Amino acid sequence: MKLLVPVKRVLDYNVKPRVRADGTGVDLAGSKMSMNPFDEIAVEEAVRLRERGVATEIVVVSIGVQQCQETLRTALAMGADRAILVLTEAAPEPLAVAKLLRALVLREGPRLVVLGKQAIDDDMNATGQMLAGLLGWAQATFASRVEVAAEADGGTATVTREVDGGLETIAVALPAIVTVDLRLNEPRYASLPNIMKARKKPMETLSLGDLGVDVTPRLTTLRVSEPPVRKGGVTVGSVAELVSKLRSEARVI
Amino acid sequence: MTVLVLLDHADGQISPASRSAVTAAVQLGPVHALVAGAGPALDAAVQAAARIAGIEAVLRAEAAVHAAPLAEPLAALLASLAGEYDHLLAGATATAKNVMPRLAALLDVQPISEIVAVVDAETFVRPIYAGNALATVRSSDAKRVITVRAANFDPAADVATAAAIRDVATPDVAPLSRFVSAELSRSERPELASARVVVSGGRGMQNGENFRLLDPIADQLGAAIGASRAAVDAGYVPNDYQVGQTGKIVAPDLYVAVGISGAIQHLAGMKDSKIIVAINKDAEAPIFQVADYGLVADLFSALPELERELKTG
Repeated sequence: MKLLVPVKRVLDYNVKPRVRADGTGVDLAGSKMSMNPFDEIAVEEAVRLRERGVATEIVVVSIGVQQCQETLRTALAMGADRAILVLTEAAPEPLAVAKLLRALVLREGPRLVVLGKQAIDDDMNATGQMLAGLLGWAQATFASRVEVAAEADGGTATVTREVDGGLETIAVALPAIVTVDLRLNEPRYASLPNIMKARKKPMETLSLGDLGVDVTPRLTTLRVSEPPVRKGGVTVGSVAELVSKLRSEARVI
Repeated sequence: MTVLVLLDHADGQISPASRSAVTAAVQLGPVHALVAGAGPALDAAVQAAARIAGIEAVLRAEAAVHAAPLAEPLAALLASLAGEYDHLLAGATATAKNVMPRLAALLDVQPISEIVAVVDAETFVRPIYAGNALATVRSSDAKRVITVRAANFDPAADVATAAAIRDVATPDVAPLSRFVSAELSRSERPELASARVVVSGGRGMQNGENFRLLDPIADQLGAAIGASRAAVDAGYVPNDYQVGQTGKIVAPDLYVAVGISGAIQHLAGMKDSKIIVAINKDAEAPIFQVADYGLVADLFSALPELERELKTG
């Protein structure tokens, strides 16, 4: 069966975001960009599902600027088979992204969509759930373990999920959406031969118009600001002094 | 117009994060609460909900499909009720994060996740980039679907008079998912996300066995025990201990970081704590830049000493 794996190009997780002085957003100019770490885990899981014989083809898709091609090449080097770039200068909101992905799902016909639980830039944690809602598919979010039993026209994914206070296992009917959490797997590094091979894998570019989706934003960002800076306090000389200050000065114990 | 809040519950109790969502909801209008479930625990939860300050009516949805909080029937239930409400809120629990965006898609609305402040009926503040920036966003949608970060709103207390309770029906939806099992960590300690005191260990603890050194201190302080992602990734403790961007966001009165260097992603999960204490042998560790009280010391000598000092209170 075919898998669809959406990936997002985001500010590298090791780079500290700089808020623009005029409050219009975070300055990305000249910063290192990478694949959203949760999406890397999604690509890895898809490749493992193919290695286990569950998946037959992995299509990766990214929505954004031309440079998203680099993100897609990374996914191809990890083992995806072909890529689709939906080209747009604006950064669509999760609702619009989910609508674009729905259009691609209807075009490509995957039985499973695997994606990161959230992007580390807008931290919205919404796209997978919204795609499931739009398609009327089952969803299994925050996966830490995925087992897929595919059948000719159905099948089941048994997914262990990270929930408050522990783990929960659910079984979802295919077709389904799975969003992945950190502990699902450790993504592989692409080898040099695989990076070379990825250059020859097919990559298609589509415009928003090709998919016929209205991406008008519903949210207006009025301001982006630095969070209040927390000032360091005092260094205490001993455990006794620490406890005494917590009792008499901070009054928290 | 009236606000609907989805309440999370377990063992007949309403989750503290849901109570925080009620506090946020009261700023937007009169509040109705939805409690969905099955069996005797549902009634206890409905009764508890009716006594939460600010809730004017409780909608009780009893159906076998709600025995475990599955996204598909819960989102369908909320969507069927949405007509009467301008705002649909929930505390940002694992259940709400699963359900609310699906609901938003059913309503053709862009959800607003993990708000930390209500500016007005259409404007909210939410953290982005793991809390390294705060975005003030205005929604042009007709309805707003919102999750609330519990650490930023006090949990709503109980009142003496109970709100009215009425039953609501769950729409028929094809059963797409099925609950199989749960493995929840059982602990006598308070819940990490809502504890008044949190004691966390990091990679400096060196192994899982050494985390037991935190037990007597947590016992004396009535604290929950947490951990940094480094300690979780090293396998010292389970993932549900994790405090940080990818774990739980906490804001206790007192946060004690032991052997934690203070990576950005950890600070994102605890920097709203009222008082932060750091114990670390590396005086250059970034955790000291946010700590109110820093102690440069070897944790293996400092922890037993701390235990003794707390006893002589």
